[in-house]
Amino acid sequence: MAELKVNELAWIIGGAQGSGVDSSATAFARACAYGGLHVYGKREYYSNIMGEHSYFQVRVCGSPIRSHVDATNLLATFDAETIFRHTWHVVDDGAIIYDTNLTKTKLSDVPTIEARLRQDLTTYLMARGLGSTIEDMLKTAADRGATLVPIPYSQLLAAVANENNVDQLSKIARMVNMFAVAGSFGLLGYDYEMLAKALRAVFRGKAAVAEMNVKGAKKAYDAVKDAYPAFPYRLESTGFNGDRRVLMTGAEAVGLGKVLGGMRFQTYYPITPASDESEYVEENQIVDVREPSEPEVEDATAAGETGSVLVMQTEDEIAAITMAVGAALAGARSATATSGPGFCLMMEGIGWAGINEVPVVITLYQRAGPSTGMPTRHEQGDLRFALHAGHGDVPRIILASGDFEEGFYDGIRAFNYAERYQMPVIHLVDKALANSNGTMPIFDPDRVRVDRGELITDGWQGHDPYKRFALTESGISPRAFVGHPGTMFWNTGDEHDEKGHITEDPVVRNLMMEKRFKKLELADREISESEKINFFGDRTAEVIVVSWGSTKGAILDAMDALEKEKIRLGFLQIRLINPFPVEPVMRHLARAKAIVNVEMNFGAQMGGLIREMTGIEPTHRILKYNGRPMSSTELIAALRAVAKGKASKRQVLTVGV
Amino acid sequence: MASEQVLKAADYATEVHNDWCPGCGDFGILRTIQMALAEMQLDPSNVAIVSGIGCSAKTIHYVKAYGIHTLHGRVLPFATGIKLANPNLEVICLGGDGDGLGIGAGHFVNSGRRDVNMLYMIFDNGVYGLTKGQASPTLRLGVKTKSLPAPNLNEAVNPLWLALASGATWVARGYSYDIKGLVSLIRQGIEHKGYAFLDVLQPCPTYNNLNTKDWYGGEDLKDDKGRAMPRVYNLASTGYNPVVQAPEDLDGKITQAVSRAMEWGDRIPLGVFYKNELVPTFEERLTTRIPNYMKRPPALQPIADSEGRPLADLTRLLDALAVN
Repeated sequence: MAELKVNELAWIIGGAQGSGVDSSATAFARACAYGGLHVYGKREYYSNIMGEHSYFQVRVCGSPIRSHVDATNLLATFDAETIFRHTWHVVDDGAIIYDTNLTKTKLSDVPTIEARLRQDLTTYLMARGLGSTIEDMLKTAADRGATLVPIPYSQLLAAVANENNVDQLSKIARMVNMFAVAGSFGLLGYDYEMLAKALRAVFRGKAAVAEMNVKGAKKAYDAVKDAYPAFPYRLESTGFNGDRRVLMTGAEAVGLGKVLGGMRFQTYYPITPASDESEYVEENQIVDVREPSEPEVEDATAAGETGSVLVMQTEDEIAAITMAVGAALAGARSATATSGPGFCLMMEGIGWAGINEVPVVITLYQRAGPSTGMPTRHEQGDLRFALHAGHGDVPRIILASGDFEEGFYDGIRAFNYAERYQMPVIHLVDKALANSNGTMPIFDPDRVRVDRGELITDGWQGHDPYKRFALTESGISPRAFVGHPGTMFWNTGDEHDEKGHITEDPVVRNLMMEKRFKKLELADREISESEKINFFGDRTAEVIVVSWGSTKGAILDAMDALEKEKIRLGFLQIRLINPFPVEPVMRHLARAKAIVNVEMNFGAQMGGLIREMTGIEPTHRILKYNGRPMSSTELIAALRAVAKGKASKRQVLTVGV
Repeated sequence: MASEQVLKAADYATEVHNDWCPGCGDFGILRTIQMALAEMQLDPSNVAIVSGIGCSAKTIHYVKAYGIHTLHGRVLPFATGIKLANPNLEVICLGGDGDGLGIGAGHFVNSGRRDVNMLYMIFDNGVYGLTKGQASPTLRLGVKTKSLPAPNLNEAVNPLWLALASGATWVARGYSYDIKGLVSLIRQGIEHKGYAFLDVLQPCPTYNNLNTKDWYGGEDLKDDKGRAMPRVYNLASTGYNPVVQAPEDLDGKITQAVSRAMEWGDRIPLGVFYKNELVPTFEERLTTRIPNYMKRPPALQPIADSEGRPLADLTRLLDALAVN
């Protein structure tokens, strides 16, 4: 018997959109997490509501993991398409759970498979002398040694219907996805109670549905449990070492950070994948407020009251940015969240916020462009766009989060930068980060501080009338909100004088232009290096990887794997995009023999920026732009090739389902 | 400014040099805004005047109150953000007809749907002044002003109809040379509970040689005694009652407003066409979700203690996501 592989699993569940793939994956992930296991989940879906294929890969491990992998150890299915699409990625000692009723289904019966893939599948099956049914596809896996696990879904469903007096099977047909989850746990020998708890969490507020699922899914669990002793993969609860963990998506992490950071006004126009954050915040728009301890809150009348976030769904993204700017003028910490096409509409509003020195945060969830591109697919293609958003020279701060935790803390930091330096802040996140989920240590609010910058809150005490854009040494003028006594000011998108009135005076123009950019120099001086970059691995390594954003997880996991092969790398993660951390980047790259620029776009945008800002040109590029995030599997191979001197200057990663 | 001091219209004026063309209708509107603010004794520290882009939008620089000169067509969303962040502020929006009905038409429609408690004034002269007289959305089909190379190819939009169709709960029209009437309309619009739309007819003496002061004044229409017969007249003087007093009045009041808003040519009605305070304002709708919204709107919530520690307590939300 093969050696057991405990707590090292890549599991996939797939199905038609609208059939509950998400909730079944969430139930699976939560059940694993309840047992103390670490989880990383990646969600893939079409721009479609019902019918097209979506899937979720959940990786489970006894130690923290940060990325997905290309191989599948256990494929849980309840439809035909998932079998056709994913079977060839199942490893030789893996398993496939499937519906016994589907074996005769032909490839031609599945219209949602693209022509290119259909052709590839046909060729694959023909080369093995097989036909084009599910049975044939499954045989390719069985021939390689994989375990086939048939589950009679309709029989189980009928039994559940009978026990619960359900008159029509169609009413509970969705339960098959939980059969697939329960069957998986049966096969993996995992504690059923963990799934029962997860189902009660997923169906929170619907106790009857939860219990029916708990009892029903047990049938699938029992049908599989102990029936496949040769299957080598196992999951076992590990418990916790006193640490407390959460399981959440990136969109939730960013939303929570923003709320903790004091965001009280958020605008959005519906767009994938950014809307998830706004919807999460809106669902939780009443904000609990802690009992103020010493020192007292300045406004004691607020004690005991709840706070709230006003989430505005606007008529378009032009209204989203301008409304957010309006709220910021009145004194709220204010933000908008969008994706590429929506960000396109925000250019003029961002320029206005720049020239009027308005602190507003734009959370930009990048997705595959250009134009509508692939709306539900991943890319890091907006780095240059964010840098140059708006016409003319617009001061802005840009930060990029690499994982869930950074998303949370950057959500707070973005507001601090915006208010301290009085300018728009673009917080770059992306589809992979937004829609993936994972276990992580619970956030620590004590680490967080709110910095509102130079504010006039008690009325204007100055001898001369208040000047909103007073010229100062640092470039920062004390800011007042609309409505604070004695601080009357004017704003205009035109160039303006210190009071805010229109001017075309060439001398004042220069003073104002220079004032606005002095703030960026100040930000560069004040922001600590730990907020500008991260460096991981070997500082003396000859090969330094440089990247930004959500490739971080796959890079770190790849580095861990390569370390076991005695390949030691350094990894420079650039977190502050603008003002660009010139000195730290130069310092870390100066000694490297090979600089490997890793990013998820066609143009190697960060690579170009590094060259522009430092004069250093990356020696290698590892890029991906097929809409699917980089896996650690792909990066291991690509980085190994660089380390061994066998890589081309430009490697393009192409794996994706 | 201290509240005991009685403010005059001149107290709402800034020292900023005014660069409108001589004879511009904007002067009259500016004056009426200052007069209305003085009449209401509004504290300038509590008033935000928000404008779009164009000659009209420069108005905010000449008024002593918070003045927010925004982007072309975007006055309404900027103003909505200010007002909803702090509903205690008095927010007045203004812009041109191209600004509000051309580039900003989407916001015009959606602001009606929202019914945020603020006044929006359009300075309506049929042309884009600051870019030298192109046809605006309120210039009629086939009309050729002196600034146009050929007659206008587009039909005009009726701002009053559009406001009614969009859900504005107070719809009125004024005229820049009817100072007394306009002051009263601005005041009523500010006092209206909900979103008030005020279309202000004004001549552009530089580019629109058709809808001039003389034309509005009916200098070309003489009665049998040779006296000018002004085109503009007051709706109220005809016994018109715009107010929806009960839900069942709605159909009749809307129909009547649509019908009177069609009048143009030799007879142009001024005044309030429609008023409906039965519709809950956006702020009132928000309190159904956020009960203490009016007391603690977004801009008036403390978010940190004096050490900068956030006041938000995420315990409940994190517990829901926790796995142990």
